[in-house]
Amino acid sequence: MAIKTQPVTVNLGPQHPSTHGVFRMRVMFDGEEIVDVEPVFGYLHRGSEKLAEERTYTQIVTLTDRMDYVSSMLNNQAYILAVEKLAGIEPSPRGVWLRMIASELQRIASHLVATGFLLQDLGALGTPLIYAMRERENILDLFEMLCGARITNSYLRPGGVFMDAPAEFWPALDRGLDDIVNTIDELETYLSGNEIVFSRTKGTAVLPPELLINASVTGPMLRASGVDWDLRHRAPYDYYDKISFERKLHTASDNYARYWVRVQEARESVKIIRQCIEQIEPGEVRPSFDDVPRLIRPPAGDAYAAIEGSKGELGFYLVSDGGIAPYRMHVRASSLINLTLLRDMLIGGQFGDLFVTFGSVDLNMGEVDR
Amino acid sequence: MIGLGLPRGFVVTLKNFIRPPVTEQYPDRHVGLLGAAKEAGMNPFQFLVKKPADSLKAIAGLATVPVAVKQSARFRGNEFTYFEDRCTACASCAKYCPLGIIEIVSVPGKIDAQEGESYKLEVFDIDIGRCMFCGLCVEACPYDALHMGTNFERSKYVRDELVISKEELFDAPKRPSAFYRPQFEENNFDPFKETIEDFHDAGRHEKKTYDELKKKWVDER
Ligand code: SF4
Ligand code: SF4
Repeated sequence: MAIKTQPVTVNLGPQHPSTHGVFRMRVMFDGEEIVDVEPVFGYLHRGSEKLAEERTYTQIVTLTDRMDYVSSMLNNQAYILAVEKLAGIEPSPRGVWLRMIASELQRIASHLVATGFLLQDLGALGTPLIYAMRERENILDLFEMLCGARITNSYLRPGGVFMDAPAEFWPALDRGLDDIVNTIDELETYLSGNEIVFSRTKGTAVLPPELLINASVTGPMLRASGVDWDLRHRAPYDYYDKISFERKLHTASDNYARYWVRVQEARESVKIIRQCIEQIEPGEVRPSFDDVPRLIRPPAGDAYAAIEGSKGELGFYLVSDGGIAPYRMHVRASSLINLTLLRDMLIGGQFGDLFVTFGSVDLNMGEVDR
Repeated sequence: MIGLGLPRGFVVTLKNFIRPPVTEQYPDRHVGLLGAAKEAGMNPFQFLVKKPADSLKAIAGLATVPVAVKQSARFRGNEFTYFEDRCTACASCAKYCPLGIIEIVSVPGKIDAQEGESYKLEVFDIDIGRCMFCGLCVEACPYDALHMGTNFERSKYVRDELVISKEELFDAPKRPSAFYRPQFEENNFDPFKETIEDFHDAGRHEKKTYDELKKKWVDER
């Protein structure tokens, strides 16, 4: 005999340890089953896009750091590419190589954080998260050597980066890459074969590829459904056309597939960095101030540049009216767009899978709200 | 293989259980007798005889030694170092700051026939409580007068006290960080051990030729 239950509405968040920031969900449960979900966000809205309208093009780099604060270098890169396109700046080769190394390191750090928090949401309190964070710490140390800051890097400048890597960076990077490979091996040993992880993540929140494409979801979420879409390969920016790497695809499109794709991508990033180290060439790291002054005045017009961020396509759209500050800046925030399928993922599922599914999206509230 | 996943996982956790911790201790760490003796510069037996009270404390696990912070030379995120003699009150730093938190007031000074008009700096305030340590002001300073510093213990009870004035900046120990100042890196200047007394030493040197640079780049990789 089925027990009669009444739907109950529960407010999850905004101050909830599992919501990855200040995010609120109004969830209606019928027993253990989720009947309705209504996401509420905007708690972290700082108006970065508006603030950008009264800052010069170089000063905006500091704003982009604070959008997706676990992948600042990638945000910097996307923004700088848009500025370069808008102002027609020819970047210095060494600067480009350096920023590719930096952004791939950042991608590894971001994927490690995503994996760690996914496991945290699964109920593995502490251990996987601490292991992931410990490795991320090494990457942050490398960033500190490179640009003096750990999280809000502001390392990139129009035309390259602001300073060459110090001498001690290269040996430390070599050591760091070996460490990262070891950590990922370790991670896969204790997670990829773990029966508890299997039973909790396989077959939950399955999304068909058509739905993902229609909702313009990108990044690891899309690749976990078997769609081969990676901007580094489809529309190479910087020097990704000189780099060969594998695109890791999974066809299951469930929570486990999303986790698996992230871990494999971190591995590929290590390979990409190794190729960058081989190919990097001597030269200046940014064009001289005669070519690219500190105060850029791009001609009137607009430009859109997108990169494969850690969470999906991260794009910056800039409109210039010929002044020292953009007339309008818009960010295609991958976290926000990946969140649009939250209802499809959650409705009909179990209460226990709610946060696991939420964690597998790998969203960052700083980027959702901007 | 199903069934082996969990035991394999526990092997990994066990391995991590016995590896040395990565936790950084600050501002001091606990030491035993050996560490305390090393800190005092004696061997343990001397230490036991000469300082019985301290040795007892060390054996009980109560002795601590201060730990230096591990930061890279380029670290930004600490107070500023400022060389007043190098500053021309050009206010590039104030213009370049995204938050506009540097306040500069200057008055025309004496007219010098040879060097042109010189400006006297009256106010040079940085509201460090609002600073995000992006370093753009340091990058903009054309005369290497303003540097990111490495002194950081500056907690205050009132926000107003976080505004650093010219005098305070002038009196602070001169430990500039190597952020955007390659000359310090070339001289192997370690801001955590040394200070720069003479303002001439803080300046940029001659620009290297392309061949020299190339040699450096090739050496480094
Ligand atoms: S570090 Fe950045 S925020 Fe702070 S005073 Fe300098 S330019 Fe302004
Ligand atoms: S600190 Fe540098 S940029 Fe600022 S006023 Fe002095 S010389 Fe000019």
